[in-house]
Amino acid sequence: MAKSPGRVTVAKTYKIYINGKFPRTESGRYFTISDSRGVVIANVCRGSRKDFRNAVVAARGAVAGWSACSAYLRGQILYRIAEMLEGRRAQFTDELVLQGLGKRKATAEVDASIDRLVYYAGWADKYQQVFSAVNPVSSSHFNFSVLEPTGVVAILAPESSGLLGLVSNVAPAIAGGNTCVALASESLPLSAISFAEVLNSSDVPAGVVNILTGYRDELRGQFASHMDVNAVVYCDGDEDVAGHVQTEAAENMKRVVARTGVDWNKDAAQNPYLIRDTQEVKTTWHPIGR
Amino acid sequence: MATHDKTLAFDAGWSYAPAPESTDHIAIDKRYGLFIGGDFVDPADGGYFETVNPATEETLSSVASATGADVDKAVAAARKARDGAWSKMKPAERGKYIFRIARLLQERAREFAVIESLDGGKPIRESRDIDIPLSAAHFFYYAGWADKLEYAFPGRRPTPLGVAGQIIPWNFPLLMASWKIAPALACGNTVVLKPAETTPLTALKLAELIRDADLPPGVVNIVTGAGDTGAAIVDHPDVDKIAFTGSTSVGRRIQKALAGTSKKYTLELGGKAANIVFEDAAIDQAVEGIVNGIFFNQGHVCCAGSRLLVQESVADEVIEKLKTRMETLIVGDPLDKNTDIGAINSAQQLETIRSYLNVGREEGAEMYQSSASVPEQGYWCRPTLFTGVSQSNRIVQEEIFGPVLSIQTFRTLEEGLTKANNTPYGLSGGVWTDKGAKIFRMTSRIRAGVVWANTFNKFDPTSPFGGYKESGVGREGGLHGLDAYLSLEN
Repeated sequence: MAKSPGRVTVAKTYKIYINGKFPRTESGRYFTISDSRGVVIANVCRGSRKDFRNAVVAARGAVAGWSACSAYLRGQILYRIAEMLEGRRAQFTDELVLQGLGKRKATAEVDASIDRLVYYAGWADKYQQVFSAVNPVSSSHFNFSVLEPTGVVAILAPESSGLLGLVSNVAPAIAGGNTCVALASESLPLSAISFAEVLNSSDVPAGVVNILTGYRDELRGQFASHMDVNAVVYCDGDEDVAGHVQTEAAENMKRVVARTGVDWNKDAAQNPYLIRDTQEVKTTWHPIGR
Repeated sequence: MATHDKTLAFDAGWSYAPAPESTDHIAIDKRYGLFIGGDFVDPADGGYFETVNPATEETLSSVASATGADVDKAVAAARKARDGAWSKMKPAERGKYIFRIARLLQERAREFAVIESLDGGKPIRESRDIDIPLSAAHFFYYAGWADKLEYAFPGRRPTPLGVAGQIIPWNFPLLMASWKIAPALACGNTVVLKPAETTPLTALKLAELIRDADLPPGVVNIVTGAGDTGAAIVDHPDVDKIAFTGSTSVGRRIQKALAGTSKKYTLELGGKAANIVFEDAAIDQAVEGIVNGIFFNQGHVCCAGSRLLVQESVADEVIEKLKTRMETLIVGDPLDKNTDIGAINSAQQLETIRSYLNVGREEGAEMYQSSASVPEQGYWCRPTLFTGVSQSNRIVQEEIFGPVLSIQTFRTLEEGLTKANNTPYGLSGGVWTDKGAKIFRMTSRIRAGVVWANTFNKFDPTSPFGGYKESGVGREGGLHGLDAYLSLEN
């Protein structure tokens, strides 16, 4: 616990983030995050299958409104998240240091996270123009293909990058009009919950982003198998994990996006193809009269 | 005011004289081997199965049944071609081979159309005007992409995946082969393709044509067989990509079989499209669209408009006109140019359709069929519609894959939309209204990959096709269809 000479510090209770609110896990379970010397930093919610299901209900409920927002508005809200995070650079840096990162790495991760949000804020009203098409069909029809969000995206966020990894996967999903439920890094979960506080003060509508903490091995199957989830993104794991996620996802033909082995600190880790990963292509036909 | 002033008398004694397409110019061998490494070879264990004409139940030919050993050979041939001639060739030259296939197919179009109708039962008018020309057009379209791929994906350097295993259905045999082979080759892959067991002939004729086109051996391999052959392709460790078109249940099994492997996949699966008719639609045009939506190709169409949702205020008029129009549909000889609805593809599929007709009635729906006469031999189903169905009925939720339409009504746009989206599928949809704003309101909210407004069942090589939700993963056709056969890792 952080020390402050002369006074007793007020420690934060780390809770989960569902539908714009910060409940504790319904299961009442927790796990402990300690610093490198074994001193307890926080008790974190050990989220349950029921928490995940509640989060999916919230995410599903938010799809219609969020996907109908103008691209301009989605871009502005993503930019607003960046603004809020910028204002809390020190807090997020300290929190990463508390979880074991060196000061320089922590600062770099927070800065990169802010910049990544700005990057995707800018894409919100542009990816459609890059990936859409007017198709020159032979018959007398007007025919065009556009991208639409796939719906609810379940994200198993990167284990090794508590803030930047989460931001790098949530931002492209919501920039594209999806809503999501993300599972924070199991070993570095604190930044994720603090990031939820940023989201909560950034005009992001309730339910658009939901963040759980918990045990990856316990929740992975739920993320992959839930019948009201449209896509699952997983960022870590070997062949066994891939096999497990893909097998469970097949039950309702989820889109499966594997982002393993990515160095989230690099510029190459941001590109509009990450937005495209959770988009559907819709083609519309209409006759041209004579 | 009466909804229409005149009623056509279809029983007035007018009839169409037979107008059969001639078959004297086609050649079907008594027996076909497997097309592997540029030649037809005998199957390893010597097994053959028969392919029959569903309109006459007569055997057309014997076709090799590929085992795991044959699939091994085909994949090895594809790998050799991939690592050798095909990858060493300049992309522009690769493209010229594909152009050549398109041209040869155009030259031999009528022959392919007749064989397609003989083997699969579809009306010659459709195989002649849709299946075969579209197949040639697909090769022509993708041929031109071969040396332009870097323009399709900004910021990426696309590379081929390797060997593609492709499994296709029996409803559009040559067209599905073209949808699979053309983009795969244009992107620099080699292929092992398995046609459906009831409709292998046009794929084998395509193999002959590809041999004539002098493609390097092993670039295209065609192995015939049933589900086991398909499973051998899916499970083969040296296949880099699986492209499957067929049922959602098989697609799900394939997705599970591929779990944990590095194989990429695209799946084009089932559908249960809503065709939504508003009261302000041009009703006569809408009725034509409903007929085309569900009775095209005997309803053996994954994107068929199998659920009619009609606004309550015009439901009686639409249904009456639809029944009148259904009476004019000629069911019978697929080779007759007047035929509207050909033969059901197989005895097994006819059984499936009949079981759904029973299910529909057992669930309390009211069935109506046209009074069309059907031949005694062969597999036939009259155009059929069900009224009095509800959203949870199996004939509303499940894909029948036959000339069977369920009809529901709605009052408000929201109700129509909710009903339209309330199935696990999301392949296609249709909207009929004369109001532009309403069209866009609907087409942007129907959760499906292809939406037709004031038209239905239109296809083009430049136009991406594929489903949302349980209708599949990935797109075929157009620029977006290239993605299925390329790696975009930089």
